[in-house]
Amino acid sequence: MFSFDFMQNAYLAGTLIAIVSGMMGVFVIARNMPFMTHTLSEIGFAGAAFGIFIGWTPLNGMLVFTTVSSIMVGELSGAVESRRESVISAISGLFIGLGILFLSLSQKNSSYATNILFGSVIGISRQDVIQMAALSILVLMVLLLIFRNLKDDSFDPVGAQTNHIYRNIISIIFLIMLAFNVSVAAQIVGSLLIFVLLTLPASSAKYFAHTVLHMMALAVGFALFGVWVGLYLGYLTNWPVTFFISSIEAAIYGISLFYNFIRSKSK
Amino acid sequence: MSDTLISVEDLSLSFPNHPVLSGLSFQVNRGDFLGVIGENGIGKTTLVRVILGQLHPSAGKVVIKNGVRIGYVPQFRNIDVEYPLAIKDFVALNFTGLKLPWLSKKERTRVHQVIHQVGLEHIADRPLGLASGGEKQKAYLAQALINHPDLLILDESTASLDPNTKKELLDVVYRLNKTSGLTILFVSHDMQMIHEYPDHYLWLKKGQYESGPIEDLHNENKEGQYV
Repeated sequence: MFSFDFMQNAYLAGTLIAIVSGMMGVFVIARNMPFMTHTLSEIGFAGAAFGIFIGWTPLNGMLVFTTVSSIMVGELSGAVESRRESVISAISGLFIGLGILFLSLSQKNSSYATNILFGSVIGISRQDVIQMAALSILVLMVLLLIFRNLKDDSFDPVGAQTNHIYRNIISIIFLIMLAFNVSVAAQIVGSLLIFVLLTLPASSAKYFAHTVLHMMALAVGFALFGVWVGLYLGYLTNWPVTFFISSIEAAIYGISLFYNFIRSKSK
Repeated sequence: MSDTLISVEDLSLSFPNHPVLSGLSFQVNRGDFLGVIGENGIGKTTLVRVILGQLHPSAGKVVIKNGVRIGYVPQFRNIDVEYPLAIKDFVALNFTGLKLPWLSKKERTRVHQVIHQVGLEHIADRPLGLASGGEKQKAYLAQALINHPDLLILDESTASLDPNTKKELLDVVYRLNKTSGLTILFVSHDMQMIHEYPDHYLWLKKGQYESGPIEDLHNENKEGQYV
């Protein structure tokens, strides 16, 4: 299997994405942002289509769109919860529309849209892997640097108000890192299913671990398991890798919920 | 000479069309246990937020002595049953700053120390979400203590607790005040607790206030007014 270049690239990229997504996912869950993540991936779809339209790579188009919009949405973070959700819905609708427009203007066929929305493992070149690695390392380093303040702000927002940790700046830095994460991960699972790696492993880990570091380690483990097994099954069957990854992650989540149910019954 | 940590001078604050605090002056000295009492909505939490610098007064000022560290236990916190952190990890959240993610040995010792101080060592590894109301309040207290504050502000920390649990929590606070000299600002609408623990009181009333040593409150015997 590894004698094929594209499988090597897929495994390298998948491993990086699983590690970063598992770690970031813990904060996505703590900050209650799965919906925001989903919206960023739709914005990413528009960005990728825009990239194709003006002759960039889809990844670069995604990076520009998601970064700019994450800063804009970051400004909304102070808004009333219910309004924030509505604004996010409006933005996501607008961007999916824009994505379709750019794709039609660039005269690409519909398989291009499918690649962006559902990912394309085979299409990843060594060049892409290098760019993804650079972005992933950047995200991990920033995460390490702001870890303690982000942890306080995410897991105890009320308490963090008095801790002088510049919550607005932390929030915007986190959103930008999330934008990078979404753009990179969309290359393998597709922009529609990005939340599979960003929310499910962390949501599952929450039921087994009681410190943030353990939760991260488990989330990374679950994400890696899904990606590695998913790629292998995709290689064996020629079915879409995205299908396997999302099924595996959903199964892990289901088992976690069941475990939690049994545990609370037995008390 | 007394060491004044907080000096509130002629403080007034109004929300649009709604005066909350007016002409309030008092001092908090090192070692004090001040009880702030008043009905719901009278402006107790507003006063706390002004002291914390989260709200700006319409007039007057709050002077906080240089270098004074404030530990704060907020009134509301949404910790649901699925909250994933253990009590010891929650307590350590207040170790902020641009440092490595994992705790140093010194920090771990401090976590152990404050958890011991509030009496939660037997459940330090249990998720906070599964703790009882009283245990949660103790965990919040431990978190507020972790950075060695000079002043501890408790905002309605006993509001949702049964009488015995209230006493248990306030006994811990009382001990910290008497043995470590920790200054306490205890905000509550529970007149009985204010009679029992603080040594000074500040009673916020509509548009006015009174304050003094707690004996004055005992002598006036105002307990019946709202308990």
